[in-house]
Amino acid sequence: MDLNDTPELAEYRTRVRAWLDEHKGEAPQRRGREDVESVAAHREWQGKLAAAGLAAVTWPAEYGGQGLGPLHQVVVNQEIGRAGVPGLFDVIGVGMLGPTLIAHGTEDQKQRHLGPMLAAEDVWCQLFSEPAAGSDLAGVQSRARRHDDGSWTVSGQKVWTTNAQHASYGLLLARTDPDVPKHRGLTMFVLPMDAEGVSVRPLRQISGDAHFNEVFMDDVRLEPASEVGPVDGGWGVAMTTLMFERVAIGLGGEGFGWRADRFATALIEDEAGTRDPDVRHRFGCIAAEFLALRFTSYRMLTTLQRGGVPGPEGALAKVTTVRAAIEAGDLLVDVLGPGALEDDRSGRLVSDMPGIKSAGGTEEILRSMVGERVLGLPPEPRLDKGVPFAELRARERAAAGAA
Amino acid sequence: MNFALTDEQELLTEAARGALSRVKTVEAAREALDGAELPDLWPTAVEAGWPGLLVGEERGGAGLGAMDAMLVFSELGRVLAAVPLLGHLPATLLLDGAGFGELEPLAVGDRRAAFVAAKPPSGIEEAWTADPLQGVRRAPAPVIGDGTVTGSVAWVPDAPGADVLVVAGADGRVALVQAGDAEVEPVEGYDATRSLAHVRFDGAPGTVLDVTPQAAAEAWYVAQALLAAEAVGAIELALETSVAYAKERFTFGRAIGSYQAVKHELVEILRRLQNARSLMYYTGWAAQNSPEELPVAASAFRLVASEAYDHAARTQISVHGGIGATWEHDAPLYFRRAQLAKRLLGGAGDAADRVADELFAQARATAAA
Repeated sequence: MDLNDTPELAEYRTRVRAWLDEHKGEAPQRRGREDVESVAAHREWQGKLAAAGLAAVTWPAEYGGQGLGPLHQVVVNQEIGRAGVPGLFDVIGVGMLGPTLIAHGTEDQKQRHLGPMLAAEDVWCQLFSEPAAGSDLAGVQSRARRHDDGSWTVSGQKVWTTNAQHASYGLLLARTDPDVPKHRGLTMFVLPMDAEGVSVRPLRQISGDAHFNEVFMDDVRLEPASEVGPVDGGWGVAMTTLMFERVAIGLGGEGFGWRADRFATALIEDEAGTRDPDVRHRFGCIAAEFLALRFTSYRMLTTLQRGGVPGPEGALAKVTTVRAAIEAGDLLVDVLGPGALEDDRSGRLVSDMPGIKSAGGTEEILRSMVGERVLGLPPEPRLDKGVPFAELRARERAAAGAA
Repeated sequence: MNFALTDEQELLTEAARGALSRVKTVEAAREALDGAELPDLWPTAVEAGWPGLLVGEERGGAGLGAMDAMLVFSELGRVLAAVPLLGHLPATLLLDGAGFGELEPLAVGDRRAAFVAAKPPSGIEEAWTADPLQGVRRAPAPVIGDGTVTGSVAWVPDAPGADVLVVAGADGRVALVQAGDAEVEPVEGYDATRSLAHVRFDGAPGTVLDVTPQAAAEAWYVAQALLAAEAVGAIELALETSVAYAKERFTFGRAIGSYQAVKHELVEILRRLQNARSLMYYTGWAAQNSPEELPVAASAFRLVASEAYDHAARTQISVHGGIGATWEHDAPLYFRRAQLAKRLLGGAGDAADRVADELFAQARATAAA
């Protein structure tokens, strides 16, 4: 077992560190409240990181990446953390949507979109979830109809859309055939966010901030060849995106600053608290979980480095992260007092966690997925198997009406 | 970075599983509760080279590390094997570090040692302490003077039948005492496979070992790690048997494993198991490469594994329904081991306290710098 860099990685780290040392004065403050100037500064900073080869480390070189492995990406993340500068502005685009385009997009789409995405000239958003399609994502109702010239018209509503207010494009999952079972009638599209009929409304949360948006599409016209991957093959494309999301979440918990050492630093502000047996016990339990997460991510990286794909059990890292972060917020406020609920550090943690618990898959959905795919337990009986989507909706409406 | 087991370590695990499969250890664990003699697995351990795992090759041992020892313990825990290595390995680690001359008989298993553990001081407890007979207050660690040892330690693993006792005492001193010079009172524990004794020294002649308090602390944390590793194997088995049962047991026309309530609880075993396993690797890595992290790593591992084992043993019983709580079933044997192990060597609670203690100390050091 070895956590040291190989000579090649060590040399890479030296170069990354040197660049960051030289340029960190140009970086904006770490992200806090969103305002127009701050967003512009963060986008500019991403452009600089990209120009220096520090944005899309694992993308192939032909699309502006460095063609390097996941460990190089980790080195970059670690050095960015060490330098105390912000990372990418468009993590979702570069981390998940770009790789999806690389896997499933046409050459034209890749040439047109990947460069500006990397430089944060175009910010991207993920238009998957809907008010009635979250855990059951294949239930999306946004409807895309094809015209004879190959163009499309889309109507519907998306929700939980990070960065929609800044985005030039969205990766859109929409229904193209309602007369087949739900997984088979979906298609992925590129949606220009400035198209006529697209409107974005911020969605405020417990903290009062709006990290997410609702996106409404009202007869939006999409040009021909807007599809990503095959028509009616959108579910497979979405699975690719979610695989990248899983990797990002599994490797990224510490990126949020949820680390045992950070919480310890906050708690030592109250000397008496650090001597209190109850505080010590609770913190010991929380810290052990965060430590477990760090070394789980190293195990996952080893798999990636050997050319493997992290399995669905990676989802359990998200469950642990959320549980430990909830406990950590609770403890911080217990120790630091009611005022800490208004504090930017602990208060935000307390306010954000109930929502984050459902983000990227609710705990219940993740547990079912892991139970079935990893432990091989039989699935819950399903009433939607093989039923055409339109008929399924009719049945649901009838059942809801009868109740 | 390479955070996975080596081929040699995979082989070590396989060999241990093979060696232990020749004895019906789980049945023996049940019969022992009714007073039957446990099968002697020491010859198996000797044949496999386990007694010398942590002793240098030049002294007749295998020269392996804590990670390798934990892998063996994981296999022991999986089948509830009673092999007195929890006492022996930390003791030999200390003797090896002290340059003790007559180590070879212990390394090859001709003689047996037991570690009489003391918990290192923390930010809120200045003294080295020993496990008490009862109550939450820790007992003072034995006093090691010039050539004598005085004091009592309760619930000492593997002390019955040991030839020598390696005693960690006040101020982190360590002494070697011949078992015949101490009062070793074997106690029947809740788990019949766990050999335990209350040990008393009344001015017993002891050879003070030339080791630092850091070495005494390392032995404490290695013992924590071994106890935790044993839990990892047991959790794996509890998960496997529970999943298998949840697939074949039907209620209301469907396998019980298809119900979310059952499925999610089984996934909870897996979640905790993964966390424990990651911390096991962290502990193995720290023991080898970053000794200053061993206290936090081994304590976090001990805590997470002990709690995970408790949860897994309970879930195994509840998934099996009423039958899971009966004498004929294996689940109660795993439950008994989980309950007793959780309370030994400071208990899981002390491990949680230590994780906090270490991290607070680090945070203060960073803030001061």
